[in-house]
Amino acid sequence: MTGGTYLGMPAFPVAAREAVRDGVLRANLRRATHTIRDRRARAVAELADWDRLRAAGAAVKDHTLRHLDRYLLQLEEAVNAAGGTVHWAVDADEANRIVTEIVRATGEREVVKVKSMATQEIGLNEALEAAGIAAYETDLAELIVQLGHDRPSHILVPAIHRNRAEIRDIFRAEMGRWGRPAPDPLGDDPRELAEAARLHLREKFLHAKVAVSGANFMVAETGTMVVFESEGNGRMCLTLPETLISVVGIEKVVPTFRDLEIFLQTLPRSSTAERMNPYTTMWTGLGPSRGADGDGPSAFHLVLLDNGRTDTLADETGRQALRCIRCSACLNVCPVYERAGGHAYGSVYPGPIGAVLSPQLRGTDSDIDASLPFASTLCGACYEVCPVAIDIPEILVHLRERVAQGGPATRDGIRVRIRPAHGHAAERAAMRAARLLLDRPGALRAGERLLARARRLAPRRLPGPGRAWTDTRELPPVPAESFRDWWTRERGTGR
Amino acid sequence: MTSKDRILARIRRAVPQPPPGPDAPVAPQIPRDYLRVHGARTPRERVDLLAANLTEYRALVHRTDEDGLPLLLARLLAERGSRTVLVPPGLPPYWLSAADQTRVHDREASTPQELDRVDSVVTGCALAVAETGTVVLDGAPDQGRRRITLIPDHHVCVIRVPDQVVDSVPQALEGLDPARTLTWISGPSATSDIELDRVEGVHGPRTLEVVLVGAQ
Ligand code: SF4
Repeated sequence: MTGGTYLGMPAFPVAAREAVRDGVLRANLRRATHTIRDRRARAVAELADWDRLRAAGAAVKDHTLRHLDRYLLQLEEAVNAAGGTVHWAVDADEANRIVTEIVRATGEREVVKVKSMATQEIGLNEALEAAGIAAYETDLAELIVQLGHDRPSHILVPAIHRNRAEIRDIFRAEMGRWGRPAPDPLGDDPRELAEAARLHLREKFLHAKVAVSGANFMVAETGTMVVFESEGNGRMCLTLPETLISVVGIEKVVPTFRDLEIFLQTLPRSSTAERMNPYTTMWTGLGPSRGADGDGPSAFHLVLLDNGRTDTLADETGRQALRCIRCSACLNVCPVYERAGGHAYGSVYPGPIGAVLSPQLRGTDSDIDASLPFASTLCGACYEVCPVAIDIPEILVHLRERVAQGGPATRDGIRVRIRPAHGHAAERAAMRAARLLLDRPGALRAGERLLARARRLAPRRLPGPGRAWTDTRELPPVPAESFRDWWTRERGTGR
Repeated sequence: MTSKDRILARIRRAVPQPPPGPDAPVAPQIPRDYLRVHGARTPRERVDLLAANLTEYRALVHRTDEDGLPLLLARLLAERGSRTVLVPPGLPPYWLSAADQTRVHDREASTPQELDRVDSVVTGCALAVAETGTVVLDGAPDQGRRRITLIPDHHVCVIRVPDQVVDSVPQALEGLDPARTLTWISGPSATSDIELDRVEGVHGPRTLEVVLVGAQ
């Protein structure tokens, strides 16, 4: 890094500052992921039947996906019967249009939001903003991200890349622009920061007329929606406003109320390493009184979102990614995530699940999406911890093959053939070799052994987010060339 | 073609269906060989486990019998310094017979701002889960609307033991009606969003007190 004259590269001081910040980021991430992974292991070890719960969870999801049309219709009927309204959205644009229209019809210009991956995926906040509607994130971490004009870097702890001093500075600088300012003086004790968020948001909760949420599960037989949370901001959003809009991926449906007994045990332990998260809300349409008793909203809209999920469903190997319950355990054990950080994945879904989900939901046309399947060492730790037993390495190998060699895929409901990507010659060779192994009887799904061999066949420098992983290893100095590529992709050429 | 039709058609193309027709049976093949309960417990052990798990997640746990309940509740409210207490419509009147706080009755017209000025709320519950340290509210008359247990900063929840205590999550679901709105509460509101340090109390009640009532 000598002159700062490469195309799109910032001058050295800027790049250096960025690099220092990245050092902080990596330290934050390392500490956080290691803490959480140890706690999780303890929480899981408490249940003697963990493996059986895991198998049952995977089976429920697989079964539902196989009959997804029927369960969605059943869900729609149940939600309608309980006083809700169901909308169907093929893609992000349609979902955003539907939500915008509903908010407009209420005459409100503000909505409160409870953290939802689906609404981040479709860019709902930006769409609402374009329509003159302000969307306030109410999850503490999402608030930090939103006030910091930042992007989330972890599914569960989206501001995991920020330390307390940074958060204090963000609160001090930004809160006043959006509502009640941060108390003055404000220290950086997490307790003080949480109190500042409480005061800032309470005002919003008490006045909010419209809320937007996602859901962790939807029950087909009863029409029940389920939201897991910790802070109480979810309860506020689900209880106080008059209109509630939930945007939920179609893969979140489960057949029966009883099926929740599996996920109520596996999700909290796998996610926050707790026996149970502080709050879970389950509601069915407008509730027993159909909204007449003022307990909860008087209008409920469910927006069922496809946005690439049916394309993913069409892929026999890849569809298992739709089992994901977004616990984030796979992020916390991933050596690549730990070093690369969540932002490198270029998607709201970081880490191992992002590496298999984003290229399927969005296709592999862009460089970032084509490189995501290579953002892994195939160590298999993600599969080990996954509470619904998604074989992420298997999907990664499958997607690598598709990127490198091309092959059939479904895009927007249409079967297409993907052409081999340029610049993936090395991977192509690696995949051919790996394919030999995959096809060999006896070696099929031999787990560790097979994956270890595939790993040896993988190129030494990982492209995409994985590059950051190889870049942080001690010996090889960072070649300017690859940093430039990285910089261009990450920051565009505008700075 | 509506978006609904389009999505359903894509699903049907993606996963070839067994014999078509709306009446074809869906046979779930879910292996449910996981445990209904993690360990055999006497009623007393079950209640002790509930108390231990609630305590671990920073709920304040108290025990008393029917006769001692009014005095205990009065003491908890007094120690907290509460001047007003929210009362669900179906709360047994004798529970608060010894408390001198001003009762605030939840009316349909009560605004969130009004509720925000109340110091404490006292409720019953639908059931409690020992293995996870969870209390479940289902909006019955002794619990009231969801908002009254959400906005005040101090929630006192009374559990009848051992009757209202089940061992496990599967047992809890069996005893709940999904048509009612359910709130599962495991300790006070908390966040670990700042450097993964757990902080009790963000938006929900920052203090959760649980009273176990029964023959001690
Ligand atoms: S892939 Fe598995 S481990 Fe990763 S977030 Fe999804 S459910 Fe959790």
